Amino acid sequence: MYQGRTGMWSWIFHRVTGVGVLFFLFIHIVDTAFILFGPEAYHHMIALYKQPFFRPMEVALLAALLYHSLNGLRICVIDFWPGLDRYQHLLFYAVLALFAALFFPASFIMMKPLF
Amino acid sequence: MRLSGIALLVLALGHFAIMHLVHPIEELSYDFVAGRYRFFGWRFYDMSLLLLAMLHGLNGVRILIDDYVRSERWHHRLLWVLRIVGVFFMVLGTIVILVFQPVHGHGP
Repeated sequence: MYQGRTGMWSWIFHRVTGVGVLFFLFIHIVDTAFILFGPEAYHHMIALYKQPFFRPMEVALLAALLYHSLNGLRICVIDFWPGLDRYQHLLFYAVLALFAALFFPASFIMMKPLF
Repeated sequence: MRLSGIALLVLALGHFAIMHLVHPIEELSYDFVAGRYRFFGWRFYDMSLLLLAMLHGLNGVRILIDDYVRSERWHHRLLWVLRIVGVFFMVLGTIVILVFQPVHGHGP
């Protein structure tokens, strides 16, 4: 914990979303493995993903994946053009803006079939 | 981390967009996977995603262990747990991607 400004929060979110996505990846490898046991076993498994209560968790996965991607891109940009570190706060707001621009339409498309 | 990250930005977001936006998740089925896996390209895509995501994620957890686990002994133990868990999931995922063949009467 340091300073408590955007640098700290972008870093904390990056770690939390990274662990979250990896945790989902473990689950996803196991659920997909059921396809080797035939259609019934696989359909039984993926029925979970089609449950309405599961949809918000898929949207949360999108949020984690999208944030981690865009903030990771910000880190790469600052690495390759070190002069940009002066604008890292601004770049973080750009990440948030881009996140919002992509996340809200996508989550709308995902949630729409439920209503 | 940087290189795998940039590749994953395309592969992982692409995978998510295909499975949730282009095709709503309701369409996912055994036959859907069987249809895609007739083409080696999709297996290659999924294989790249699997291995890069695992290496990137495991590397991330290694950094967390380095940062937060002060005890030498536990640091050592957890790194071994991480390697074993990592190999397990990478091997399992690889087997599924390479071995899967639809049972008779399924797939297009």
